[in-house]
Amino acid sequence: MDLLNAFVALLNFVIIPATAYGSQLALGALGVTLIYGILRFSNFAHGDTMAFGAMITILVTWMFQAIGISLGPLPTALLALPFGIAATAGMMLLTDRWVYRFYRAQKAKPIILVMASLGVMFVLNGIVRVIIGPGEQQFNDGARFIINARDFKEMTGLSEGLAFRSSQGITIVVTVIAVAALFWFLNRTRTGKSMRAYSDNEDLALLSGINPEKVVRVTWILAAILATTAGVLYGLDKAFKPFTYFQLLLPIFASAIVGGLGNPLGAIAGGYIIAFSEVTLTYAWKKVLTHALPESMAPDGLVQLLSTDYKYAVSFTILVIVLIFKPYGLFRGKAV
Amino acid sequence: MSEKYLIGDKMSGGYGRGPNILHGCTIACDKGEIAVIVGPNGAGKSTAMKAVFGMLDVREGAVRLGGEDITGLSPQARVGKGMAFVPQTNNIFTSMTVEENLEMGAFLREDDMKDSMEQVYDLFPILKDKRRQAAGELSGGQRQQVAVGRALMTQPTVLMLDEPTAGVSPIVMDELFDRIIEVARTGISILMVEQNARQALEIADTGYVLVQGRNAHTGTGKDLLEDPEVRRTFLGGT
Repeated sequence: MDLLNAFVALLNFVIIPATAYGSQLALGALGVTLIYGILRFSNFAHGDTMAFGAMITILVTWMFQAIGISLGPLPTALLALPFGIAATAGMMLLTDRWVYRFYRAQKAKPIILVMASLGVMFVLNGIVRVIIGPGEQQFNDGARFIINARDFKEMTGLSEGLAFRSSQGITIVVTVIAVAALFWFLNRTRTGKSMRAYSDNEDLALLSGINPEKVVRVTWILAAILATTAGVLYGLDKAFKPFTYFQLLLPIFASAIVGGLGNPLGAIAGGYIIAFSEVTLTYAWKKVLTHALPESMAPDGLVQLLSTDYKYAVSFTILVIVLIFKPYGLFRGKAV
Repeated sequence: MSEKYLIGDKMSGGYGRGPNILHGCTIACDKGEIAVIVGPNGAGKSTAMKAVFGMLDVREGAVRLGGEDITGLSPQARVGKGMAFVPQTNNIFTSMTVEENLEMGAFLREDDMKDSMEQVYDLFPILKDKRRQAAGELSGGQRQQVAVGRALMTQPTVLMLDEPTAGVSPIVMDELFDRIIEVARTGISILMVEQNARQALEIADTGYVLVQGRNAHTGTGKDLLEDPEVRRTFLGGT
């Protein structure tokens, strides 16, 4: 029995990866929830918006790498991120002008806007594959580890190693900054408050003289910032592949709905709930249990509840359970 | 006699492409005056008010504010002209604090709104105590105070209230009416639709009794209360 080693293994294989993954989901879900709150539809193009933003960032990163600009130990992608955000924001504002504004003027039902976003998704899907290709791209540079497994073992003398990758550390730090900035914006600034007012009661917002088109524009820009950041962080942490971003749509929507659609706090909580459920259910607990339990009770099998191939089933199951028993989500958003 | 400050003159119209609900209906209100629209259910009271505010098509007749024809303006544009409207339901931002509700009311204003906020707090002292609380957590009467307060933050010249006392207790209703009189004394025109006809006519400078989208009786509140025809057909009792 060795609880310290068990804890280190748990930290290494579950807590750190799930926190990083949860942060990426939270950022993605925040974008979905903002668009739902203001524009009142589920934006299916969000996953591919993340891919688009990440793609632009990667292209700019490669350009910086080619001309020798770097951030030292930090990945060059962080420097390229503002360019990715600007391009994505521009792309989203154009999409709004060309697609969504038409349906808004018609006062189309939300389902029609959802279908329109599905079309936007396919177009973005194609654009990303045409420009950067369907394959996997690596663009992470800079220091790979904040804490290296071997150094950790030597330092502490424990048998379990602890690896804390810089991409994970950057993900967590950037998420904290982005979320704090978003909440400051929504709760403290006039424009942010007008967005909340518009989301709360559209008619009364109009009566108060709030300009709906401006609110919509700011929402798209915020969604672009969140989507690009989430996409780049996910790409840094794992790898960039367009199809993975399309697949991310399910856990992201699950996060937003679990927390309560339209509720930013809920989106963050939902992101971590989904990430931790996914990681804990697909992790093979043998190592942790071997350390934690007395030798006689040590498990023989892998103690893996679900193969990692089924990780999307976890989000899907949680989504279904929440929709049946708590359709407004844990933090009381709007009904789906 | 010169024309009143706000006048919806011989308005006819309805919603969308539907039939006319109003038939040559006239509603007017002068500065510092309280005008009350009463009438049986389905008489077009709220519709008349919405017509004045531009929320439905006025096909004949006109709406004039201070002599200017505003018939073609959107409700939002009318807010800019100094008209404020308190809808009957969904008239507050429930998820926002009382103070944020008031701030949103002043959204169009570039100047410092602290004075107006203090005025609203003076008028409704309870709101000052609850200013950090979400408006959705307040009682019905307090919500109405928030709604009226939000509308007052635009520094309107005309305040339009759609059944401000719907669903509040008689004591709260009396208090709300007192506050409305106070608002009128500051020179703001008040136009309101009321179910509680008797109490509303008691504070009204002008009362309009509508029946089926037409002006049935018009007069001072006191005259209408004493008019045997109005009493018999509409107010009920003796």
